[in-house]
Amino acid sequence: MANPIRLPRWSPYVVGAGIGILSWATFYFMNKALGTSTSFVGASGALLCTVACDHVEQNAYMVKTLGAKGGGFKPVFDWQMALVLMMAIGAFISAWFGRTFRVERVPTLWQSRFGPSVAKRYAAAFVGGVILIFGARMADGCTSGHGISGGLQLAVSSWTFFAAMFATGIITAFALYGRGSKEVTDVQ
Amino acid sequence: MFSNFFADPTTLLLGAITGLVFGFLLQKGGVTRYNVIVRQFLFRDFTVLKTMLTAIIVGAIGIYAMLALGMIEGLHVKTAALMMNLLGGAIFGVGMVLLGYCPGTAVAAAGQGSRDALVGIAGGLVGALAYAEAYPWISKNIEPVANFGKITFPGISHVSPWLFIVPLALIASALFYWLERREHTVPRAA
Repeated sequence: MANPIRLPRWSPYVVGAGIGILSWATFYFMNKALGTSTSFVGASGALLCTVACDHVEQNAYMVKTLGAKGGGFKPVFDWQMALVLMMAIGAFISAWFGRTFRVERVPTLWQSRFGPSVAKRYAAAFVGGVILIFGARMADGCTSGHGISGGLQLAVSSWTFFAAMFATGIITAFALYGRGSKEVTDVQ
Repeated sequence: MFSNFFADPTTLLLGAITGLVFGFLLQKGGVTRYNVIVRQFLFRDFTVLKTMLTAIIVGAIGIYAMLALGMIEGLHVKTAALMMNLLGGAIFGVGMVLLGYCPGTAVAAAGQGSRDALVGIAGGLVGALAYAEAYPWISKNIEPVANFGKITFPGISHVSPWLFIVPLALIASALFYWLERREHTVPRAA
């Protein structure tokens, strides 16, 4: 049998079960739930702090999210920040051994609809990123914090998020690609 | 902000290990690919839904079992400020399809060589700052609407969580069965 690390893809059920079991571990050993988008607040706050720290430290949302109970700030580089950064390494290891690592600037699906322009793709990715994290912070979570962690805890907030996210995601996808857009299939 | 920038080493190590496994799994699952994520929203590829529902069900079984056995300290439920969850989720869905990644998968995608994900992360940092600037208005006008605190479905209905988990698992299994049969009988659309 092939070494599983060398396989390019695993079954979504195996991966899903793995993520579920990983959440048991974070609850049991760390008393924490998987999440990622709060780190964007810490990272952006710390970056802005290098030029305009007073502005950051006086912002109500920064204080709410990063402030310590007795005043001052909690460590910005915390459990979740370490988690988020290491996600890139974990994905790199998986891609490297599965031989799926490749530098990609314009995904094939995007290219089939909007052409090979890197500038166009990057512009959409940037604007998409702005919208994504704005929405995540308003909802107080993203696909991991709400979608997985909140979903498995049967939280009302998270299933509300989940439904809203899928609804506008579907509308946006069909607006961009249409029902019958011709798609160039890729190897993935 | 920089006076105590780093959490203690044990916390960081545990976070790092968790992230390593999480990123590895997401990449092996293919859900770090723009094509896989966007095709989910076009109903052409159900990898994202299969992965998420399986994670939710397996996770829920373990978490609620450990909670019943007193093995974990408690849940980490986010506040149901429903207008915030609804509007935020709706905004998030647009961003997720435009970028083609969610926050976590964007970071993981960067690790597999997807350069557009890095651009999306840069955008995300700007989005976080934009939200921080908008927060005073949002906290006054949107956050109080339909705010019910940290509630769960079993909590508000006063029934066993298993009455949600078991039906969810059954519905998901039926959906998976149907999807697999469809995918294996109809040739994949080119």
